[in-house]
Amino acid sequence: MSTTTSDGGHGDDASRRDFLYIATGAFGGVGTALAAWPLVDQMNPSSDVLALASTEVDLSTLEEGQAVTVVWRGKPVFIRHRTAAEIEAARNVDVGGLRDPQADEDRVRQDKWLVMVGVCTHLGCVPLGQKATDPQGEFGGWFCPCHGSHYDTSGRIRKGPAPENLAVPPYEFLSDTTIKIG
Amino acid sequence: MSSPGSGNRIVQWIEYRLPIFSWLDHSVGSGYPAPKNLNYLWNMGSLAGAALVIQIVTGIVLAMHYVPHGDMAFDSVEHIMRDVNYGWLIRYIHANGASMFFLVVYIHVFRGLYYGSYKYPRELLWWIGLAIMLLMMATAFMGYVLPWGQMSFWAATVITNLFSAIPLIGDPIVTWLWGGFAVDSPTLQRFFSLHYLLPFVIAGVVIVHIWALHTHGSNNPAGIDVKGPQDTIPFNPYYTVKDLLGLGVFLIVFAYWVFYNPNYLGHPDNYIPANPLQTPPHIVPEWYLLPYYAILRAIPDKLGGVVAMGAAIGVLFLIPWLDTSRVRSATFRPIYRQFYWILIADILVLGWVGANPPEGHFILIGQLATAYYFLHFIVIMPFVGWFETPRQLPDSIATSVLDKGGGVDSAKEGAQ
Amino acid sequence: MTGRCPTIFVRPVLAVVAACLALLAAGPLMAAGDGRAPKSPGFSFQGPFGTYDRAELQRGFQVYQEVCATCHALKYFAFRNLRSIGFDEMQAKAIAAQYEVTDGPDEEGEMFERPAVLADYMPAPFANDNAARAANNGSLPPDLSLIVKARAGGEDYVFSLLTGYEDPPADVELGEGMSYNPYYDGSQIAMPPPLVEDGVEYADGTKASVERMARDVTTFLTWAAEPEMEARKRMGIKVMTFLVLLTVLLYMVKRKVWRDVH
Repeated sequence: MSTTTSDGGHGDDASRRDFLYIATGAFGGVGTALAAWPLVDQMNPSSDVLALASTEVDLSTLEEGQAVTVVWRGKPVFIRHRTAAEIEAARNVDVGGLRDPQADEDRVRQDKWLVMVGVCTHLGCVPLGQKATDPQGEFGGWFCPCHGSHYDTSGRIRKGPAPENLAVPPYEFLSDTTIKIG
Repeated sequence: MSSPGSGNRIVQWIEYRLPIFSWLDHSVGSGYPAPKNLNYLWNMGSLAGAALVIQIVTGIVLAMHYVPHGDMAFDSVEHIMRDVNYGWLIRYIHANGASMFFLVVYIHVFRGLYYGSYKYPRELLWWIGLAIMLLMMATAFMGYVLPWGQMSFWAATVITNLFSAIPLIGDPIVTWLWGGFAVDSPTLQRFFSLHYLLPFVIAGVVIVHIWALHTHGSNNPAGIDVKGPQDTIPFNPYYTVKDLLGLGVFLIVFAYWVFYNPNYLGHPDNYIPANPLQTPPHIVPEWYLLPYYAILRAIPDKLGGVVAMGAAIGVLFLIPWLDTSRVRSATFRPIYRQFYWILIADILVLGWVGANPPEGHFILIGQLATAYYFLHFIVIMPFVGWFETPRQLPDSIATSVLDKGGGVDSAKEGAQ
Repeated sequence: MTGRCPTIFVRPVLAVVAACLALLAAGPLMAAGDGRAPKSPGFSFQGPFGTYDRAELQRGFQVYQEVCATCHALKYFAFRNLRSIGFDEMQAKAIAAQYEVTDGPDEEGEMFERPAVLADYMPAPFANDNAARAANNGSLPPDLSLIVKARAGGEDYVFSLLTGYEDPPADVELGEGMSYNPYYDGSQIAMPPPLVEDGVEYADGTKASVERMARDVTTFLTWAAEPEMEARKRMGIKVMTFLVLLTVLLYMVKRKVWRDVH
């Protein structure tokens, strides 16, 4: 520091000054950090986006064996009206041997309706298998074309790189034929 | 004086490879000597820098939510105001930040005008500063268009139509600016693009401005050259802490507008969506452009008005030569100092006329004030410089500080 | 201490600051149109600590619903915003469900009507501006979402306009279908007096005088234009307090650092 500021010999004075510097610096630093928060938080979902966070779906037109894809929070949600054979295939599995062990009963609210987010848990692609003409993988469910993950008729990961089963979104039956997702 | 960062091995490691710490030290650190007599008017440069940073940061954030399209721009601004987290805060900071930026820049410019900071050897520094001011005006104007309210739309229409005053090629230029046959969505979209670009250009020119400033150092209230180390103090800590204190005061004023009067400096009509079929009865620019607007309207001729408005800023480029005085600071120029304050009053009158409809006595007042504005620079400035006898200049900055400082210090002692 | 302004500077600078303030004060008044200067009845949300009165907001919303909404849209108002004016979620959902909004297309490609949910916005009374003009004698009733911010005088103007209808002076010839209102720019307004004594039966039993309804709906419309106002003023107190303390600290630091400069 330059000689103009050094005033050695005033010990008390110097420590009081240091305290003042530290207090001011800390005060200003905290204020700057707080001021940064709005700039960060503005990138979080805005209130109109949050308001659209639930979607109602009418299931009455969906025949057995058919599937429909609806949009919830900007993502595809797979809804499948499963056949008895598909339900049975999903239940005849040794749960303990799965990569992400989960019983089919824990993944549905009503046996014939499978509702899940149609986003591969590997890197976020949308798996194929909703249409009858789509490849459905080795386990008759869904197949992700990006990196070759195979999902079964309960949407559980059976083969390929994905670490987890297809996610089940929060949903509830408003009536026998209407569900509300989110 | 210790070398920067000595003792810290990481700092030394970096410094050896990229001498950024010694560069900083010579820019704003203890290695940059500044005149010891700078008053608070010398805070405006750092405040303008802070305002620029605030505008760029809030602007980048707003651009994440804003939609530059004629059908959606107004709605997207309301989306920012109502739905985006802290969107209202960020937009009000940005909108009022433009006014705060101009406020400190205008004080900065008038400080330079009073203390002769444009004179040898700082002519280029002055020019670069004027270039920044022009870029700011262009940026502010295009930013004002973006909310796409009534004032936005009609400001865009009126300002772009200024170019139609150019003989022969005026109309094709205006059509080219618009990207159509009237101000419309294509105009808005190009204004958005340029409004995002220009602040970074300003930041680049600011660096050149500071470069030029550091070549000969700051001017000072005495307007005399630094003669030796006894005239200076290191920038850090003296002027860093003084600039920070100024920043604190600046932010208090800024916060008042943002939190308690956020729309006062704007115009209510800009909360009405743009309507190409109906011009608001009183259209006025933002306050910082009012004097120029008054000069534009003072000349009862389309091309003449535009030329006069351009000349009002153009003449500022010439004052290093129009000012014939050998003395920089108006403090030591008893006659010129009075004309300086008359000029300030004249510019305030121009602003007042610009805010009012061009009717009745406002027309005459506007014309007289415009005439005086040019008279000041083209006639008064050179003639006063020739005929005035300046007061005795102090021998050095150090002695001028001792003369004044002694009185103040003893007064302070008495108060304690 | 060297950082002071020379005294010759102080007085002129103060004069310039005063002149600027005077100009600032004069500017908006000049731009306030040609109508009579609005009355200032005083609202709870004015001033640096002002907040909206929730009961006024809810009554004002009722006035908007039952009176204004016949002609005026409120397009930035979403039913989820009802939560902000003091309704709970069930009440807000019930109010939303009273409105039909257009949705679709459905699987056949047809648009359909359904009851509104919280995410929906207040439906407009007319399909477009031309329909609105056709139904209103050629005049366009403006959207009210921003009306308080979009008029010089703000809430005072809106209140004055709503309560300011008068019989025209003898020398004024009213246009067909026009009413006389001295607060309106030009004094002839296409909107007939919207508020009549007991025109609304308030849910909370308040007596619906014209002044009461004008006050309530003005409060509601101010909120519609500035829903962030309470948060803004609350944050402002904190920010101002912080900045003043920081500036005082910086002032002390500055004095200490500069003490030895002569």
